[in-house]
Amino acid sequence: MNIAVCVSHVPDTAAKINIGSDGTSIDQTGVTFVVNPYDEFAIEEALKTKEKFGGETVAISLGGDINKETLRKSLAMGIDNAVLLKDGAYRDSLSVAKALAEEIKFQGAEIVFFGKQSVDFDNSVVGQLTSELLGYNCITVAVSFNLEGDKVICEREIEGGKEVVETTLPVVITAQKGLNEPRYASLKGIMAAKKKEITEKTPAPASNYVEIVSLKKPAAKQAGKIIGTDSSAVPELVRLLREEAKVI
Amino acid sequence: MANKFLVFIEQRNGIIKKSSLQAANTAADISAKLSGSIEAITVGNDIENLEKIGAYGVGKISHFKSAELANYSPSAYTEIVSKFASENGFDIIFFGATSMGRDLAPRVSVKIDAGLAVDCIALKVEGDNIIATRPVYAGKALMEIKITSPKKVFALRPNVFSIGTLSGEGAEISQIIVDKANLKVKVTEIKKSEGKLDVAEAEIIVSGGRGMKGPEHFHLVEELAEVLGAASGASRAVVDAGWRPHGEQVGQTGKTVSPNLYVALGISGAIQHLAGMRSSKYIVAVNKDKDAPIFQIADYGIVGDIFEVVPALINEIKKIKS
Repeated sequence: MNIAVCVSHVPDTAAKINIGSDGTSIDQTGVTFVVNPYDEFAIEEALKTKEKFGGETVAISLGGDINKETLRKSLAMGIDNAVLLKDGAYRDSLSVAKALAEEIKFQGAEIVFFGKQSVDFDNSVVGQLTSELLGYNCITVAVSFNLEGDKVICEREIEGGKEVVETTLPVVITAQKGLNEPRYASLKGIMAAKKKEITEKTPAPASNYVEIVSLKKPAAKQAGKIIGTDSSAVPELVRLLREEAKVI
Repeated sequence: MANKFLVFIEQRNGIIKKSSLQAANTAADISAKLSGSIEAITVGNDIENLEKIGAYGVGKISHFKSAELANYSPSAYTEIVSKFASENGFDIIFFGATSMGRDLAPRVSVKIDAGLAVDCIALKVEGDNIIATRPVYAGKALMEIKITSPKKVFALRPNVFSIGTLSGEGAEISQIIVDKANLKVKVTEIKKSEGKLDVAEAEIIVSGGRGMKGPEHFHLVEELAEVLGAASGASRAVVDAGWRPHGEQVGQTGKTVSPNLYVALGISGAIQHLAGMRSSKYIVAVNKDKDAPIFQIADYGIVGDIFEVVPALINEIKKIKS
């Protein structure tokens, strides 16, 4: 059974975001890029699935050479192969999904894991788009994953609870925090990953349906009032919430 | 462009979600600006008060009905909505960006070959175009986008758009019985978290951070949440420490929220937390460190001991509510 995991390379969540001079992208100066946090859960679940059922694992990433860092990390955690779909140009989600779907088809993967969203554009749609393009079943925001024969059962997080969802292979799963506890790469894994080759491919050029008009920082919020330093300030706080803010 | 708008009305347990009414009202408003027309679609079994969609500016709703479709099925809902849209020439479809809407909207967009804008927090009409604003990098930046394909799908963030002024007119309901749904992917059970409000839907959120000093003190967060009719939230630090479940996490790797009131207790305000809650209408912070970054964005702050301030706050609110 072939298992694919799609990974993206994103600014660290602790990074400050500044707008670049083109007005449609961020200024990357001084920004540290990392494996998309949700993709770590996807990588871990791919590894666990392989350990249980066998098969080959492949990590796929679309982007520039910089994405090799994330692919290298995937290999260090234990993924068997890595493919970089090399394209530094802007792509909308559908255009990303089309390139990934082509490669997943080529790899013959029956189970595909994604992080539930990339913490850069926060669309949370590429998994669903890819599954529809492939004609695979899909369960998003999964916090558990169970495979019995070709039957897949997951729990997915919804407002105020969880849905238990059932389907069959082939399947796309998008991983939510809580799905598992991602392993650390071992020293041996890191050394082995350095020697592995990352296959580079050129995907079909983007055909975007969505254009970026502008990127801006949100309006700065004014710091408010410090009302006091102990519980004697509480009546005034409650008065302000009722009379000024009118929120309680 | 035909400008035929369709809005997907989401139901859970036969009750229409408020986020769908916000989407309906917004879509009706934009369709009027573009001289378009608008209808609604819903999928489910028995659904209460469907005619009330009319009051939000949508004159007709098609209800695809089956007992099998009472719960969400990604495969069946996708097939029904995209087929209905294609057969009737709808070219602009609106959803609420709830957990169902965010799952369903992209699938439908592929089926009808549409461009997609999810989690929109503002929409404006410029000429023949709809420009959508959406938060990126968990709200550290705002991106304006334009869909250039003939067909378009929008999903609107809940609790950001207004439900408008109601016209009082009822919608015409057309019921279509579904014989055989495509249940390749189906929900077999829903597990509720003990009737608690979810941070993604609440109008008031009370969150606790590391300053709560341990899971045993979170009853204070929950009690304050209860008297305010609020949801309880948490910072990443306390979720990672295992004090609170991940469903409560607010911030870049948790939920991005915009309630009317956000009360931060013992939260210093790491950049990834602030990104997730800074668009709240009012922010209250209680923290003993006067230099905590949370005070930079708080409307009202008390620099003090949460274990002394919070019980007093609970009592004061109980007093005014009784």
